[in-house]
Amino acid sequence: MNSFTYTAAPDANTAAALLTADKHAQLIAGGTNLLDLMKENVAQPAALIDINNIDGLDGITTLDNGGLRLGALAHNADTAYHPLVEQKYPLLAKAILSGASAQLRNMATNGGNMMQRTRCYYFYDTSTPCNKREPGTGCSAIGGYNRIHAILGASDSCIATFPSDMCNALAALDATINVTGPEGDRVIAFTDFHRLPGDEPQLDNILKHGELITSIDLPKNGFEKNYAYLKLRDRTSYAFALVAIATGLELQDGLIKNARIACGGLAHKPWRKPEAEDYLIDKVPIKENFEAAADIILNGAMGYKDNAFKIELAKRAIVRNCLTAANLNN
Amino acid sequence: MQQKYIGQPVSRVDGEAKVTGSAKYAAEFNVPKLRYGYVVNSTIAKGKIIKINLERAMAVQGVIKIYTHENRPSTAWLSFNYADMDAPPGKPFVPMHNNKIVYNGQPIAMIVAETFEQARYAASLVTVEYDKEEHESDLHAHLTEARLPKKGLATLLKPGPPKPKGEAEKIYEASPVKAAGTFVHGIEHHNPMEMFASTVVYEGEKKLTIFDKTQGTINCQLYVANVFGLPFKNVRVISHYVGGAFGSGLRPQYQLFLAVMASLDLKKSVRLSMNRHQMFTFGHRPATVQKTKFGANDVGKIQAINHESIGETSQFEDYTEIVVNWANMLYPSPNTKLQYKLKPLDVASPMDMRAPGGATGLHAVEVTIDELAYQAKMDPVDFRLLNYTDMDQTTEKPYSSKELKECFKQAADKFGWKNRNPEPRSMRRNHKLIGWGIATGIWEAMQLPTRAEAVLTADGKLTVSSATSDFGTGTYTVMAQIAADCMGMDLADVSFKLGDSDMPFAPISGGSFTAASTGTAVQAACLGLRKKLLKKAQKMVAAFTEAEFDDIDFTDSGLHLKNNSGPPLSYREIVAATKEKTLKSKNMGWPNAMKQRKFTRATHSAVFVEVEVDEDFGIVKVTRMVTAVAAGKILNPKTARSQILGGMVWGISKALREESVMDHRFGKFMNDSLAEYHLPVNADINDLEVIFVEEDDKIVNDLGIKGLGEIGLVAVPPAIANAVFHATGKRVNDLPITMDKVMDYASPLV
Amino acid sequence: MDENITAVKDAPVAEPKSHPVTININGQQHQLLVQPWVTLLDALREKLDLTGTKKGCDHGQCGACTVLVNGKRINSCLTLAVMQNGKEITTIEGIANGEMHPMQQAFIKYDAFQCGYCTPGQICSAIGMLQEGHATNREEVKELMSGNICRCGAYSNIVEAIMDVKEGGQYE
Repeated sequence: MNSFTYTAAPDANTAAALLTADKHAQLIAGGTNLLDLMKENVAQPAALIDINNIDGLDGITTLDNGGLRLGALAHNADTAYHPLVEQKYPLLAKAILSGASAQLRNMATNGGNMMQRTRCYYFYDTSTPCNKREPGTGCSAIGGYNRIHAILGASDSCIATFPSDMCNALAALDATINVTGPEGDRVIAFTDFHRLPGDEPQLDNILKHGELITSIDLPKNGFEKNYAYLKLRDRTSYAFALVAIATGLELQDGLIKNARIACGGLAHKPWRKPEAEDYLIDKVPIKENFEAAADIILNGAMGYKDNAFKIELAKRAIVRNCLTAANLNN
Repeated sequence: MQQKYIGQPVSRVDGEAKVTGSAKYAAEFNVPKLRYGYVVNSTIAKGKIIKINLERAMAVQGVIKIYTHENRPSTAWLSFNYADMDAPPGKPFVPMHNNKIVYNGQPIAMIVAETFEQARYAASLVTVEYDKEEHESDLHAHLTEARLPKKGLATLLKPGPPKPKGEAEKIYEASPVKAAGTFVHGIEHHNPMEMFASTVVYEGEKKLTIFDKTQGTINCQLYVANVFGLPFKNVRVISHYVGGAFGSGLRPQYQLFLAVMASLDLKKSVRLSMNRHQMFTFGHRPATVQKTKFGANDVGKIQAINHESIGETSQFEDYTEIVVNWANMLYPSPNTKLQYKLKPLDVASPMDMRAPGGATGLHAVEVTIDELAYQAKMDPVDFRLLNYTDMDQTTEKPYSSKELKECFKQAADKFGWKNRNPEPRSMRRNHKLIGWGIATGIWEAMQLPTRAEAVLTADGKLTVSSATSDFGTGTYTVMAQIAADCMGMDLADVSFKLGDSDMPFAPISGGSFTAASTGTAVQAACLGLRKKLLKKAQKMVAAFTEAEFDDIDFTDSGLHLKNNSGPPLSYREIVAATKEKTLKSKNMGWPNAMKQRKFTRATHSAVFVEVEVDEDFGIVKVTRMVTAVAAGKILNPKTARSQILGGMVWGISKALREESVMDHRFGKFMNDSLAEYHLPVNADINDLEVIFVEEDDKIVNDLGIKGLGEIGLVAVPPAIANAVFHATGKRVNDLPITMDKVMDYASPLV
Repeated sequence: MDENITAVKDAPVAEPKSHPVTININGQQHQLLVQPWVTLLDALREKLDLTGTKKGCDHGQCGACTVLVNGKRINSCLTLAVMQNGKEITTIEGIANGEMHPMQQAFIKYDAFQCGYCTPGQICSAIGMLQEGHATNREEVKELMSGNICRCGAYSNIVEAIMDVKEGGQYE
């Protein structure tokens, strides 16, 4: 861990201003990923701006449109166990509780969850080349040990995956992200927030330096009747996903009227394919239709030495999870 | 001797210290003006260091000195000075010895600073220029180059395979019932929860007190004294509490060498702790490839056993373990061919890791036996009973005791084995295929000479000590129980001390031999003390003057004449009458070689496992497991049960979770963290049951102790593998059994 | 041990400036001058001699460093001491109140540990979990205790100990 200065920001504007003023500064909230990366010498900020003392960013409040606003500084656990989240957005609650450990969920914030970085072994290991950590050095995961790596949307420069569980649910729910910064406030659609690696894998998302997430808005529809979250991993708990699926369905008269399927562990961002969701509209919720949707989602999937199994695994997981959401499992 | 405490489920005597946080581990002794070390590791696997750039690191405020191979103080010249009690044949690794890199992750520099944070920061600023050479780290790419291991002192405890008998290959080929397999094990790291650390307290010229994480304080004392040329008595190594070790503490690790070096050089106290990545930069359980070919006749009697193993070792030491010797100890066969070879690679020397060799070899043996039972169309329990023996056929000696049959009976009843449908893929629960599997376990019951001292004080308290270890094994507790019974005292008046090289000699603690070795020493010291008590009593009270040792009951903290010819005399009174106000006896507990040599001494286990395999995903869950263990006298069923439970969790982990995965382009482990090296978590562990079938075995030692550290683990991986076969109809012989290896087998066959 | 973590002067390589913080640890107010690069875990262990809180990985991957901050269980290795200003922290040393806490007693009774190194974290985590109130049965206890790794494999005894305390009515 390098030497850095520390400032506790009293409000969001000060935080954004301090951040804007120093391109080597970083915000710290829960710190669960940032301090981990600092101890690995992967993150080496010159300044840390502590935003935990900013008032008003940790609330969970209803919106006039019937939706729900999640404060960026609300902790993951407080969000998952919030009565409104449990009732109206059980998919989100379940996704959050599938991630990390109880201790980490008590520390980690909603904004921070979105900002967490990949778990790629090579990104973490400063003795190996990594384009995400040091652009231009190469991708060691290609041709290396790539069990946890992407099968969709990867590039020649990076095959890392985005590790969040919470974000898979937020993507499925069509959340929006409220951001403030030196150029004012803006709203980002959740599915636009994270990006694919392309030839700039060092960029995980489209947030600009100086900007700060203030809250996440959930639309009215929480898919609370027909939802399911499935996480497949190498141990029963406290492990990152090999494949994770968030599904929300609306059913009417035995037909699917609305479908959302977001996949984690497969790409550099929560993976959604609107064509697959559209395909399911007015279809019967049966295995064959979900298989067809899974094929659309996984179209173009490419495996490497250690992760090729994830293509078939993901297909089975999508089908299982959609059947569970439709209450048709078994 | 009345057994009031031995055999009772006494709660751990060190429990309160552990649950309140007052138990102090190696890195927790805070002394004034402590300096902090931090190690820099190599990032290549083979080559030479051309230059280490230290300027930026030296510029960090608080940095006192940086050690590298170029400036380190000289230590012993001769290689044998670096050989500890557990050193395999070869030349032990010497940290920062020269500019040569022999494995990725070897320590190449150490920062010493005023604070931990300064040292850690400075370490990140060190850059190294290497002259890289091609390395070899992949066992599978070099199997044909394997050779026989070199012999040395350490091989005494680890004999090579016995000579071939008969014509095992030919008979196998001709057998009507055959089973064969190739078994692949990856590398595993011990990963105890406490990371290796040494706090070296500088006590003055050439005098050190060292708080170290080790399974042998005297081993480390000898190592430090030999390497740094210090008088033995000036080196005191203390290790009262060890946060798990599992074999990793059998040898001094590099943090000890480096912390001592810096302390002596700076004449300051120094603490050096490893980080979790560095816990992957020394010994490990070696990768192995095993091949088995077992044959039986048409009634299911085994007639040929072929078992060969190739393991990796480092380029500088021939680490060996007993992998292939087990099959013929368990199953009689007139024809056997057992072979064990090594391939040196550019890696750190492997080390003993819980049930070394046994956990590896028995997986291959017991899966092959299971397959042979299927081929013979027999129930796997019946097949094992048909091929049961009370004699170890590798030595042609009988077992000193062997209640394995009773283990099978009790575990099968508890498990409900009789309800099993033998057909693979015949049982299911919703999306889950159900499988039931069994395996047999065996581990040697060893004993090594160990000393203990028993001290009675005038307050009526007994303190017994030995320089042995308790890394969670329960040594503190069971030794106090033994001492209390030997002396006829209340447990509350007895304490047992360990983990200090100033205490009477004990060897390194491992291999399941500590309870038997130290227990015998404690018994000897107490016997010595009883004799001294009688001598004193004879001078004090007339009624005792003529009494012989056998006329006395040592009970209720006093001497009682069996014939009631006089009042008892309390230990307290006797000790109070001595000039020193204490009475001591220091004795060696010797293994009874005369008794032992005619027998093979071993523990046995029978393990019954149920797994659920998700039919779509191939995820294996161990839903329940019953282990029955025959391991002589159980000193404390509570701590003993915990040890077996721990072994079962290790078995689940070995079968389903653990593997250190190397990227052979770098010769480096890529999942070197607890996030990616998957140890089981609480949610992984379901219904576990332990049964002890006691054995009354006076051949192993007077107290009948056999040891429990390894027997809980060895049979679990094959039992799980066999259950996965029963669930899916396919053999996955490549551990760990992860979902990708099972998925296609789990999906419904079409 | 000196409770003041003093700033280092004239740093040749830019050194973090110390910040004054007030932290209540186990019921006692501590005024500390702390450099920002000191984690809460290292401050407890190295500066305050509260070594009951363990370092098992230093990366939030094992749970040995679990402490209660304002009553909630967290990994003390993944937060900075400087971020704890005004917080109330309970470590294993502060769990017992005169006599051992029921959870500590239950851990001994059920032999819920072997080497003892993960134990303080397990106990703090278990107490925090019961206060959270989301574990209603064994399966949930297992899941919600999965952030505490025990290499000795004492899990089933840990669950027994926790269930005993939970059902002993110590918490509502």
